[in-house]
Amino acid sequence: MKGQIYLKNVVTLELDIDKCVGCGLCATVCPHRIFEMKENKAVIVDADACMECGACSVNCSVEAINVKSGVGCAVAVFKGMFRGGQASCDCSSESD
Amino acid sequence: MAEKIRNLSFVVHNGREIPRVPMELCFADRLGGWAVRWSIRRMKYTVEPGIYAVGNTDGDSVVLVSANYKLSFDTLHKELKGLDAWIIVLDTKGVNVWCAAGKGTFGTDEIVHRIGLVELEKIVNHRKIILPQLGASGVAAHEVKKRCGFSVIYGPVRACDIIEFLKAGMKATQQMRQVHFSLYDRLVLTPVEFVMGGKYMIFIMAVLFILSGISTSGYSSDLAMSNGIRSVVNLFAAYLSGAVIAPLLLPWLPGRSFSFKGFSVGFVVAVVLFALKLTGSRLETVAWIFLISVVSSFLAMNFTGASTYTSLSGVKKEMRVAVPLQIIAVILGMGMWIAGRFV
Repeated sequence: MKGQIYLKNVVTLELDIDKCVGCGLCATVCPHRIFEMKENKAVIVDADACMECGACSVNCSVEAINVKSGVGCAVAVFKGMFRGGQASCDCSSESD
Repeated sequence: MAEKIRNLSFVVHNGREIPRVPMELCFADRLGGWAVRWSIRRMKYTVEPGIYAVGNTDGDSVVLVSANYKLSFDTLHKELKGLDAWIIVLDTKGVNVWCAAGKGTFGTDEIVHRIGLVELEKIVNHRKIILPQLGASGVAAHEVKKRCGFSVIYGPVRACDIIEFLKAGMKATQQMRQVHFSLYDRLVLTPVEFVMGGKYMIFIMAVLFILSGISTSGYSSDLAMSNGIRSVVNLFAAYLSGAVIAPLLLPWLPGRSFSFKGFSVGFVVAVVLFALKLTGSRLETVAWIFLISVVSSFLAMNFTGASTYTSLSGVKKEMRVAVPLQIIAVILGMGMWIAGRFV
């Protein structure tokens, strides 16, 4: 099944093919299956499906992947604006 | 205070007592799981971090890692029928795996710390731990290996695939690795959306109710009653539109941005209310078309946080356009609504 696609041409994901050692972990962890392994290198096949969760980049042992990761949440962006600094996801850690 | 896990027994393993969870969830587990979906005790629904046994574990049993949100723990636990496994529960402050990974509490540091604390190397003979795939955004597998010697294996996204994954020799299919956002996935999220915004909604309804009594001939409580009820009905419809209808119909609504999807539903809802003669005078009807559309648009935009596929870059881009328009629409809508009190 093809996943839902959000806005196009916005993601900050970058892959440095020269650094890639072909371990394939990025392709494993991506929840939207945007990487494929071709000739022992990772290839981005569907950048618009990227949600910038950062799983690929955190797990890349040679730092070949760069992405400004964060939560795609409007409430978090508002909170970041009012408190200053980054969008912070904390709707699930509010003490009620 | 963490929840008690009911019907806990103990296994003695290498001279240590380790709690063993029962095979099946009980009624109280299911009730608690239902309650948190309605936002009841959601932030307090935790289990004690540590190590647990499932089935007849020994030194060769697999090690699964989970979060200490009890709904996460139970979701994993109920899928393990017939399996002998160890579960390591990380201290994620009561937050589910994916959200905790985003915050870093389901992360490299906590894994290394927890493995050391439970002395995992004395419990199992192998050096492998299986993580839910969605934990990956908080965990650097190579760092975990370097710091404590355990290899991280990323299991499937959903706990219901774990048995299948193990049977296949720890191999996941593409299907197991893909995150979806099905109608059912969205349906279980809407009660929390509905409850969370409720207090703001009740406040706004109360304000409109009181303002409804204003007219050219002074304040009338009869007027507040008749017009107030109309306002509450319209506002409630707007709330349902943005917090429930738009999330449910998400993939079938026009456009890509959530605020536009919410706007379209709100607009249709407003037109339906007009057709049912529930929107009042001509001026007030126009006011409601603005207000219902914008409330619905705003709430749908906030659903980006619950969705599984919106990027931060995308949300920021959407908001740069949507928020100014929403502010203008609220000002126009409220202006017309107030003007409607005097004509």
